Amino acid sequence: MESSILSLLTFFPTLGALLLLGFPKNRDSWIRWAALAVSLITFLLSLVLLADFDRSDPELQMVIRLPWIRVSQLTIEYHLGVDGLSLLLILLTTFLTPISILSTWRAIQERVKEFMIFFLLLETGLIGVFLAMDLFLFYIFWEFTLVPMYFLIGIWGGERRMYAAIKFFLYTMAGSILMLLAIVWLGLRTNTFSVPELIAAGAIPPEIQLWLFLAFGAAFAIKVPMWPLHSWLPDAHVEAPTAGSVILAGVLLKLGTYGFLRFNLSLFPQATVRLAPWMALLAVIGILYGAIVSYAQRDVKKLVAYSSVSHLGFVMLGLFALNPQGIQGAILQMVNHGLSTGALFLIVGMIYERRHTRELDAFGGIWKVMPVYTAITLIVTLSSMGLPGLNGFVGEFTILLGSFGSLAIGSAWFAGLAAIGVILAAIYLLYMFQKLFLGPLDKPENQGLSDLNPRELLTLAPILVLIFWIGLYPRPFFELMAPSVERVVALVNSAALAMR
Amino acid sequence: MSLSDLTPILPLLLVSLWAITLLVVDLFVRRKGTTALMAAGGLLLALVVLILQSGDQLAVFNGMLVADSYAGFLQAIFLVTGLLAIAVAHDYLRRMGIERGEYYPLLLFTISGMMLMSLAGDLIVVFVALELLSLPLYVLAGFARPRPESEEAAMKYFLLGAFASSFLVYGIALVFGATGTTNLAGIAGELSGGAGLLLVGAVLVLVGLGFKVAAVPFHMWTPDVYQGAPSAVVAFMSVGAKAGGFAALLRVFIAALPDLAAAWAPLTMGLAALTMTWGNIAAIVQGNIKRMLAYSSIAHAGYILIALPAASLPAAAPGAVSAALFYLFAYLFSNLGAWAVVLAVERLEGGGLQIDDYSGLSRRRPGLALAMALFMLSLTGLPPTVGFVGKFLIFRAALDAGQIGLALVGVLTSLISAYYYLRVVVVMYMRTGEPETRSEGWLNATIGVTALATFVFGILPGPVLALTEHSEILGLLR
Repeated sequence: MESSILSLLTFFPTLGALLLLGFPKNRDSWIRWAALAVSLITFLLSLVLLADFDRSDPELQMVIRLPWIRVSQLTIEYHLGVDGLSLLLILLTTFLTPISILSTWRAIQERVKEFMIFFLLLETGLIGVFLAMDLFLFYIFWEFTLVPMYFLIGIWGGERRMYAAIKFFLYTMAGSILMLLAIVWLGLRTNTFSVPELIAAGAIPPEIQLWLFLAFGAAFAIKVPMWPLHSWLPDAHVEAPTAGSVILAGVLLKLGTYGFLRFNLSLFPQATVRLAPWMALLAVIGILYGAIVSYAQRDVKKLVAYSSVSHLGFVMLGLFALNPQGIQGAILQMVNHGLSTGALFLIVGMIYERRHTRELDAFGGIWKVMPVYTAITLIVTLSSMGLPGLNGFVGEFTILLGSFGSLAIGSAWFAGLAAIGVILAAIYLLYMFQKLFLGPLDKPENQGLSDLNPRELLTLAPILVLIFWIGLYPRPFFELMAPSVERVVALVNSAALAMR
Repeated sequence: MSLSDLTPILPLLLVSLWAITLLVVDLFVRRKGTTALMAAGGLLLALVVLILQSGDQLAVFNGMLVADSYAGFLQAIFLVTGLLAIAVAHDYLRRMGIERGEYYPLLLFTISGMMLMSLAGDLIVVFVALELLSLPLYVLAGFARPRPESEEAAMKYFLLGAFASSFLVYGIALVFGATGTTNLAGIAGELSGGAGLLLVGAVLVLVGLGFKVAAVPFHMWTPDVYQGAPSAVVAFMSVGAKAGGFAALLRVFIAALPDLAAAWAPLTMGLAALTMTWGNIAAIVQGNIKRMLAYSSIAHAGYILIALPAASLPAAAPGAVSAALFYLFAYLFSNLGAWAVVLAVERLEGGGLQIDDYSGLSRRRPGLALAMALFMLSLTGLPPTVGFVGKFLIFRAALDAGQIGLALVGVLTSLISAYYYLRVVVVMYMRTGEPETRSEGWLNATIGVTALATFVFGILPGPVLALTEHSEILGLLR
């Protein structure tokens, strides 16, 4: 029975969504509470998963594997499994979903039922992507996440929501259809879509590996997003409702980095080694570009959105360092970014609910009227900047350490340039903080602002706890992923040796 | 001919005889709903017989007809299409003031033409079937007379259809000249008369059938006919006529002309690429939903056409045929469902046919909008719908035959198609409006059934996939 936990975890939110379908339409508060309850139970289920997880085992655990569809000799399987690469990201998903739902209490007043249904369906899709170990199943979850997110942006988003929703959809689909072809090709070659079996089969000719890497990479790079494929992101983030932005930044972007880690590194190790310097180059460009563009923004939400481009650049740099420090740092930084950027979007959403503007120039000096809000924002901002003692530092430092000594990247310059990105992050984030909170409280609209209410405190408090926890004592987090990361690194290294 | 020749084609006989009977019976039936029910009953009976017979594989009438599993699967598609078409038509005809009893016998005649098409083991039968399929459709396209658009549609369809038929006949004549036979198995065995003549004949056959399936550049009639003809007719023919055309196209080229594959593979490849590209690009700019769906149906002909060049490699042929059959199955539900929604939103005098008329549909009719969204996703080819499985299989067939370029065109044009399919979803969910819709039992039931099928077969395509894989296109011909 142990193996059914993954199915339960994946489809529990869908069950909840079906339950919500039966609710009367006008009972908005019931629907909110029910959705929150469903997402909290899902979170508890993921904690059960964590408790059962054997942290010394690098292999897939709690595997469920059933034949599903037969296409001539090829068997498509319903195949779920969890290992150190995905566990933290699953926990991040189930952790951020109830928080996001709690943040919609006042923000979403229209069509609450549909909103919650889409949100829970999205959670199923996200968990499914992290758990699926059959490429066909993975692709189904991967594409499925598009649909609810598209509706979340398109129905409950800001003024340019339709444009942003379609752009988001088409951009991401453009990448994933190329991945589909690559998946089909792999299936034809080995007659299986099972990821472990494909890895074991190995021996794809290097030339073809390159093409497959690029086809998978197209889907993932757009999702991350890597420079120069990032232009859908500011639109989608800015137009999405707060809860949508939180999940988009917190989890959806990690689908891309996770995809690189899970599939590109293990399935196409030789292409990975060959392309590592180029990926690192794009990552560094993303870090610097994202930081500089963030500084130029006047809209807080856009600023946070562009900062994601920069932060995800760090994750990519860490991944393609192809050594244990780099990859572990990258995984931790995925979680960190989910926490701190998720919190920043929540913070922006809270001020937007009060003032209905996000322009930096509309604020100033509001620490006097909102001291608690200011204190929390300061912590989150510092975490995002990478201040020692908070979570961001641990991730970024490990990544820089990994990439500095990386044989795969081959030059310490990349790490050096990335370090400049840390400084730039401090500049744009402190600039934002200063414009919002410091200075004279000279705008009359701002003088009557109320501080956070208990519900808003409750949405931010769990994130703060984790920000400090990871910052001060990250070891348990690293322990969860270390064996699996070692295994990926060993795989890539043996491919690199074979190439020489 | 002996009596035993008749049993394998019993479903076909049932449908055609029932059509003749119904033509007479209808004269004495006051309520046209009764005629509709009787027609549906006939189709249902034929479907039951077809399923009971499904194990048998027989060539009858000296190889003129081949009742194999390929024909069986396609006949099931035609019968189900017919049943759904009757379900959506009854209320529509009454509402539009064109309720006449001949509608149902005509529908049955064209279905029997399609069934005959799938059974054809001889080019002469292909021709006869094509005419039997087409002539009632010409009449049905003009069924809304005296509305000028409907008459115009019928006229256009008839003239261009006749033109295409003549191509087909000429092609058959040349093939006969080159090989001395019109039997498909015979043609495959005889290549004595010079490949040049045979090739010209084959190309002309391709043109004639390409017209029926609406492949670019033989698609000109499609948008005008789809726009002008009564929507209930279009719902039927966009699926049925296309499947009928492909039934013959696949059989003739794969079974009769395998030796010419080197010549027709690049030709059909170009045809498929052109059809996908132009169909999808032209659909983007359409504001009228019927025209949009017309171009979408052209584009889907392109996707199914991918199976033909893929099947030019004997090793990849079974997978390609299976993919094409599954794609037709997927297209049946997603496309007929979409047209059923069009019927529900359409008003008298051509109102409610602009895409903008769907504004706010998700508020007024959430179920209807959800179904339409599902159909649009399925036509785009996104999971978890049956359309995704169809596209997956088609692209798999192309890659299996090593045609990566064609598969690339396929996925890239799918991306284009996402734009215009999503626009319908945008309008339904993200704009406000007060659409007037029709809620009628049979129509709602059809939308419900097709939506359910679109979703369920997207998750569990296994059983149908097994059927398509067992569809042996060559077995009885060799």
